[in-house]
Amino acid sequence: MASYIIKRLLTAIPVIIGLSIIVFLIMAMIPGDPALALLGSYATPENVARINRDLGLDRSLPEQYFIWVANLVQGDFGRSYILNRPVIDEVLERLSATLILAGVSLVLCSVFGLIAGIVSAVRQFGWTDRIVTFFVLIGISMPAFWLGLIFILVFAVQLRVLPASGMYAVYGGGDLPDLLRHLIMPAVTLAIVATGVIARLTRAAMLEVLRQDFVRTARAKGLNERTVIFKHALRAALVSIIPVIGVQAGFVLGGAVYIETVFQWPGLGAMLVQAVSTRDLLLVQGGVLVAATLYVLVNLAADVAQAMLDPRLKS
Amino acid sequence: MSETALPSAAAPQSGRLSSWQLLMANRLAAVGLFALSAILLIAILAPILPLPDPDITDQPNRLLPPLSPGHLLGTDHLGRDILSRLIWGTQVSILVGISATAIAALIGSLIGLSAGYVGGKADNIMMRLIDMLMAFPYILLALAIVAVLGPGLLNALYAIAVVNIPFFARNIRGVTLSIRHSEFVDAARLSGKGHLAILFTEVLPNVLPVIVITMSTTVGWMILETAGLSFLGLGAQPPTSDLGSMLGQGRAQLFTAPHVSMVPGIMIFLLVMSINLLGDGIRDVLDPRLRSGALNRPMAVTTIDRAVKPEPRKANAALLEVANLETGFRSGNRVNAAVKGVSFSLNKGECLGLIGESGSGKSVTALSLLGLVASPPGVISNGAVYLDGEDVLSQPDSQIVAQRGGRVSYVFQDPLTTLHPLFSVGDQIAEAITAHQRMDGKTARAQAVELMETVGIRDAQQRASAYPHELSGGQRQRIGIAMALANDPDVIIADEPTTALDVTVQARILELLQKLRRERGLALLLITHDFGVVAQICDRVAVMKDGEIVEQGETSDVLRAPQHAYTKRLIACVPELGVGRAFLDKVRPLFSGKGAEA
Repeated sequence: MASYIIKRLLTAIPVIIGLSIIVFLIMAMIPGDPALALLGSYATPENVARINRDLGLDRSLPEQYFIWVANLVQGDFGRSYILNRPVIDEVLERLSATLILAGVSLVLCSVFGLIAGIVSAVRQFGWTDRIVTFFVLIGISMPAFWLGLIFILVFAVQLRVLPASGMYAVYGGGDLPDLLRHLIMPAVTLAIVATGVIARLTRAAMLEVLRQDFVRTARAKGLNERTVIFKHALRAALVSIIPVIGVQAGFVLGGAVYIETVFQWPGLGAMLVQAVSTRDLLLVQGGVLVAATLYVLVNLAADVAQAMLDPRLKS
Repeated sequence: MSETALPSAAAPQSGRLSSWQLLMANRLAAVGLFALSAILLIAILAPILPLPDPDITDQPNRLLPPLSPGHLLGTDHLGRDILSRLIWGTQVSILVGISATAIAALIGSLIGLSAGYVGGKADNIMMRLIDMLMAFPYILLALAIVAVLGPGLLNALYAIAVVNIPFFARNIRGVTLSIRHSEFVDAARLSGKGHLAILFTEVLPNVLPVIVITMSTTVGWMILETAGLSFLGLGAQPPTSDLGSMLGQGRAQLFTAPHVSMVPGIMIFLLVMSINLLGDGIRDVLDPRLRSGALNRPMAVTTIDRAVKPEPRKANAALLEVANLETGFRSGNRVNAAVKGVSFSLNKGECLGLIGESGSGKSVTALSLLGLVASPPGVISNGAVYLDGEDVLSQPDSQIVAQRGGRVSYVFQDPLTTLHPLFSVGDQIAEAITAHQRMDGKTARAQAVELMETVGIRDAQQRASAYPHELSGGQRQRIGIAMALANDPDVIIADEPTTALDVTVQARILELLQKLRRERGLALLLITHDFGVVAQICDRVAVMKDGEIVEQGETSDVLRAPQHAYTKRLIACVPELGVGRAFLDKVRPLFSGKGAEA
């Protein structure tokens, strides 16, 4: 197992390098002069030259890339001109909030998606199946940002049971219960779409597995139906479900962009939206790169989990 | 890929008609199509509908609630008519969504087609790049692109199109790759057609359904995502507005006038939902695998629905006595009979062979005994299965489950598919034990190793932690037999236990079954299509054809003087060493005339 993990880790390195090249190139393709964009059209030539030197824009593209990567490795992601602080500080500060939100969402969508999918498959064409299928359809057609607004209207404005926005209460907040109260609505909203996707896939995977001969063998052994479904069938279905959960991590990280904006959650997504609006490009670069690397690592974890489940994959 | 044989674009007219009928037969898809057509119609008719100008502001009448006079859906924070803005905004959203889909489909398909068709290094490089793009969380890549291009509806459109290219490229490359070397492409190449001509006249038509499926399943998503970017203020900029930017602007009045943001939200939802319903319908029609309903879940147990309840007990019965068993497959409201009134009995230590061709109902008979006919859903409509004089089928489910692997156990045909691929064989045997006997895991595991030794597996201790794919076919079948022996059963039902194995291994497995039968006094019900196997180990034989037993008797008697023509044929089909060509001459008259289709 250890050797498999190391091998898999090594394959992640070129992917991360590739990501960095893409992010770098996207930023390098900016039309117009970034210095002018930063300073406005009344900039003096000296200031433009200084900014260009600061940004390393007076060098060749590969040179720029290597300098940029060398700086990244030392934790220097550049400086946000709008916020006037190092990008890495801002990104790391925001990252923890996003990790909490996205992490909880990923757990929610995995748990509920799996349950809904299994129930739906086991009761295929029954009422439960129809209800689940219907909700899945609604879930994946629903604009999450709109659903967030509805939640705020219902639970914060009408029922007044949950706070409408933020991560902690301004006065007297800061403890775990306070965090959880603030977390419920954004986490649930963020999880809805992914829950639908995972439920759909789990249903299909379970139906596929339940037709297999080894399920009949499990029944022929005299195992009760619960063991047949949850041990034998689910275990086999998980092999194809886990990579999908890995992919959903990307959708949850991306969806955080909307949800953090709607609920004013102080995370990476909300930061990115602001940075894009103010064209704070170094901040966008840093944020996207960190989020993408995180996504690669989650998928790596999913691959390892899959290999742990399926002995055939290790060889 | 051979399973997903795609309907060729040159399908006859009737084929297309039936696709349409199929789509309409799917009620949800029909609802989706209807809703989408209605929305499209209204959006297209926007210029001629009697609507106020969507951009005219009217400060005194701002934030009017829905159903106000002159403003059916009220007004927004600038006093603009929401209904009018909604219809115009819908038009923009649909246009943007469809354009983004078209761009992504065009570029993605071109990449996929050329990568799949050219193959080799170019394919490898292109796919690596695509993988790299897919390594980004989708929306973040779009954000980065918008960050560079600047906020704006067109830029949002490009961003969403770009991040969707990989989906198309991957799907289409897969199909192209699979038909690149098919006969009709080779034929076109040999006939002197150029590569481009082949790509567009031979490959493209066959890839088209995949493109359509990918488009129909992603267009809703793209509308949602562009709306999302507009909602964030990164898409449509004033005065242009789409549904997303309406929703985004309305957010500021969420507490005072929620309808301003709710109305465009409902519209996005309806639009995307109708597209998804239709898209799913299209996918089901174009993907024959789904259409055939192949994914129907097998039932957990066979339904027992007997019009006449037999006596639950029978005195002086044999160990296993099957009386007048009738089993069918349920399809819709009909039940297609597969086993029609089969009766036989099996005594302690005896071996009965149940022989017949595939489809004769012998396996269904065997599975019916303990209600294991799962797929398609089975129904036992008559008869009884007496085990020691007690009818198993009259017992409650939990008791039938307890009999499985307890007093009666099964050995199945292909041991690779019948063993669970993800559990070690030792665990699988141990599980069979603990399903029926209370004991701790360690003891069960030790017993499992003993059982493996009993069935002749060397280094059993070590092999117990192997997974099925690490063992040979013969070893796997020995594991299957060990599992069947786990609880010292009285009866073993072996369903074609040697069919998937090569000849030398077959002989050894049969020897093993014979030996176990002698040593343990097991009754063996052996299901096979091979009279050679029957002759080797069965005391008696029952011949099945079309769900009925046509002949039953001592093996030697049946072999010497078969009564039924079908039995004669089955016997004749056992090849003899050194007969050669004469074999065919011998067999031919038996298959001529009536019943030749068998």
